[in-house]
Amino acid sequence: MKALLRSVVAVLATAAVVWGLATLARPARTALARTAAEDEAARAARDHAIRALTAFDTGKATRLPDGTMLREYWVEAIEKEVEVAPGVRFPAWTFNGGIPGPSIRCTEGDSVRVHFTNRGRRPHSMHFHGIHRADMDGVFEQISPGDRYVYEFRAAPFGLHLYHCHTMPVKMHIARGLYGVFLIDPKTPRPPANEMVMMMNGFDTDLNGEENEFYTVNGYANVFFRDHPIPIRVGELQRIYLVNITEIDLLNSMHTHATFFHVYPTGTTLTPTLYTDTISMGQGERAILEFTYPHPGRYLFHAHQNEFAELGWLGQFDVKP
Amino acid sequence: MLLTGLVPLVAVGFMVAWFLGSGSALFRLGQAPVEKLAFERVLFGPQEIVLLVRNEGPGLMAVGQVLVNDAIWDFSIAPGRELGRLDAARISIPYDWIEGEPYALDVVSGTGIRHRRVVDVATATPQATPAAFALFGLLGLYVGVIPVFLGLLWLPFLRSMPRGWMDFWISLTVGLLLFLGLDTFREAFGTLGRVPEFMGGFMLVALGAIAAFLALTAADRGMRRARGGGGPATGLGLATLIAIGIGLHNLGEGLAIGAAYTLGEVALGSFLIVGFTLHNTTEGLAILSPLVEGRVALGRLALLGAIGGAPTILGTWTGAFTYSDPLSLVFLGIGGGAILQVVRVLVRARAGGGESMVEALARPRNLVGLLAGFLLMYATSLLVAA
Repeated sequence: MKALLRSVVAVLATAAVVWGLATLARPARTALARTAAEDEAARAARDHAIRALTAFDTGKATRLPDGTMLREYWVEAIEKEVEVAPGVRFPAWTFNGGIPGPSIRCTEGDSVRVHFTNRGRRPHSMHFHGIHRADMDGVFEQISPGDRYVYEFRAAPFGLHLYHCHTMPVKMHIARGLYGVFLIDPKTPRPPANEMVMMMNGFDTDLNGEENEFYTVNGYANVFFRDHPIPIRVGELQRIYLVNITEIDLLNSMHTHATFFHVYPTGTTLTPTLYTDTISMGQGERAILEFTYPHPGRYLFHAHQNEFAELGWLGQFDVKP
Repeated sequence: MLLTGLVPLVAVGFMVAWFLGSGSALFRLGQAPVEKLAFERVLFGPQEIVLLVRNEGPGLMAVGQVLVNDAIWDFSIAPGRELGRLDAARISIPYDWIEGEPYALDVVSGTGIRHRRVVDVATATPQATPAAFALFGLLGLYVGVIPVFLGLLWLPFLRSMPRGWMDFWISLTVGLLLFLGLDTFREAFGTLGRVPEFMGGFMLVALGAIAAFLALTAADRGMRRARGGGGPATGLGLATLIAIGIGLHNLGEGLAIGAAYTLGEVALGSFLIVGFTLHNTTEGLAILSPLVEGRVALGRLALLGAIGGAPTILGTWTGAFTYSDPLSLVFLGIGGGAILQVVRVLVRARAGGGESMVEALARPRNLVGLLAGFLLMYATSLLVAA
């Protein structure tokens, strides 16, 4: 009887200790602090996407003795975590801390000088689409962590271009977020319009290289659908600078509801070549779209690959009378 | 004196506490980025899909987004988005799902990792309504209870056969039971893949099997003692042991049927039910073999049938309404272990002086009986290949 009692006590004591250890082994919860940090990350990512819609970096402008306009830009490669969909963070590599990087804007013939600093932990570079010398192409001159490089060239040809990191593996450096718009205006400006930049991209958040988990415009899923329907006016000319930088998938596209747009492929002409409401682009392709809305109301725009639309590439125009 | 037994435990406690505190700096262990999310159940309700998930990774994880068939979908989560180690959460997704269609359900974590569960065939999760209870009770009755009773109707036939056939019936029963035991373990190993790794599913099967084996051994010995003799169980005692073993097997089988239906893996077609009926009729035959000689009251016989068959109903109910993979592993282990013990008792009773059990089985007549029983089970099992 005594032996039985003893073994019962021993079993109970063991159970108590095991339970205690199991409780200790649970990581401490820091729920409140994390939530606040996450809210901040979400707000930063949303704000960045909305700002990127209308913000252009026209650089520091100075007139050179020969009359040419010199425009200087400062760009840094920064590796940091960003939020790409509510609650989902992505270990991104960015130009100036956000995806996409700054929309660099100048006029055809300007002298462009980009001061690039690599603040990341691996080599990066800036490869501009445009016409320039070999050593300004950002391919063979890889910039080591902490180093600087100055890209300098005449802006040509006018049109809608892009820049991105060209360090191997290039698909990885692009998939991580190292890209932005490079816009060269024609000497005679395009007519006044409400201008918007939309950079179509994807995020392979689990980094397995198989498929994109999310698709966005300007870096945050559904930002122009849920967070910020884009306010525009009836009859006002709208101009979208649309660039496709999606990795993994071959094509991305944009479809506007209830209106048609004129297409200027690569923005290198002043006359449109197409009048449509859906345009598909391969990787690196871009086009300027111009349209107006004749009726007020809410209108969707989205990738016409509906899978992309339902994974974050969805937005709406809030057309005011 | 008793307290000395606690000394090592207390020491271990201090060491763990130290490691979780300042001692962790010793090895500079970063938190491993490996995340694991277990889908414990997927429930399909009216206009709703519910995921019961558990974080079985080493650290905290957050639920970021939920995708249904590769589309971002609204969801609510209780108790919260953040899951500590081994914490569970209930994710409710309002969704107009379609009966019979496949669904890929993804939970994308805060770090962008996609955790996926594919449901091949969406089926409404049975609610514990009286009608559903009746339906699954009826199912258990058809696949488990009635067949066993039908099998018992072979008794007069067995008794009409020459006495020399006794050996054959017993070895036939050994073959039948061997098949059932192995089949139970096969079922258990099939389920293993669905059980979260940290649960150590294989050991749950082993636990059930060892416990059942030893418990039946004790029961066997108890019955022999009560009878006063030391010899191996015979007659009614042996039949009771067999019925218990079969009953435990049928508990696991019922569980598997109920769960398979709930998980959308089988349709409750009449073909499946007919298959199980034929398959399980042979179980009644197995209970009979020790009863060929001597008298047995009809009530006793009915009781044996109930012991062997009724647990099926308990199984289908449990499987359909409160299914849990880890629990079913224990039950399957119990079923397998119990049957193997019954096989052991049967074979030992056959073994002559100095003969090992395997040698006894290898005697030509026993061998033929065993193979016949095994093949009979195999042939009827083909009818349930769902």
